[in-house]
Amino acid sequence: MELLIFYPLALIVVVLAFLVVFNKSPIGSAVSLIGMMLGLAGVFVLLQAHFLAILQVIVYAGAIMVLFMFVIMLLNLKGDDKVWKVRERNVWLSSFTGVLMLGVLYKFIDITGGAEFNSPASVPENFGTAERVGTSLFTDFVLPFEVASILLLAAMVGAVVLAKSKVD
Amino acid sequence: MVPLSHYLILSATLFSIGVLGVLIRRNAIVVFMCVEIMLNAVNISLIAFDRYLNQHDGQIFSFMVMCVAAAEVSVGLAIVISLFRNKATVNLDELNLMKW
Repeated sequence: MELLIFYPLALIVVVLAFLVVFNKSPIGSAVSLIGMMLGLAGVFVLLQAHFLAILQVIVYAGAIMVLFMFVIMLLNLKGDDKVWKVRERNVWLSSFTGVLMLGVLYKFIDITGGAEFNSPASVPENFGTAERVGTSLFTDFVLPFEVASILLLAAMVGAVVLAKSKVD
Repeated sequence: MVPLSHYLILSATLFSIGVLGVLIRRNAIVVFMCVEIMLNAVNISLIAFDRYLNQHDGQIFSFMVMCVAAAEVSVGLAIVISLFRNKATVNLDELNLMKW
């Protein structure tokens, strides 16, 4: 039953990821990427990571992609044909690199994903809920959590400074 | 039930698509999007291992990945904007300011 949900979802995600790479216009790429993020939120729900699925929709498909759209529309580069093209000279070399990468990763999966992981472990009722993730976030991982807030503050200051001043 | 290897294969495929995009596109914004695909691919692996080993550390880790991705995108797009102000292009082949 879960396979019937997983396969179409995975197919949609992979096709949309290819559309991100091969789309002519950057707005088309951004819209495909939003679709891919939503599909991945579905995959997370299949894995019972409900809190992360909601975060995926809010943070990625919401905030980050709006930022992308905003910058694409701000720069307004449409009609500039040669900017959007792929690099013809090394497209074959890049494809070869991608295939090699895929081969290496498949080998890793062959080693790590053995038969002992064929069915998931039995998990408690509240697995992946905001309660459970929040509890471990505020007890075991409270220091990384605070460091993340400093990182976001630094990124905010950096973005304002970079976008405000001119580079010489 | 879906075996763990299916999720890992999906993750590996998405990561390779992201690598392909970074290598063949020369629009800086699209390259950023491909980096986002790669980060998301890693998140699938983390969460899938979490589910199959009944742990929570991977979910915290992917939460941190999302934080870093948000920071990276905001700073990166600010850099793209300030580059565009100076050279009026986002073509990565024409941006060789740091080359020596």
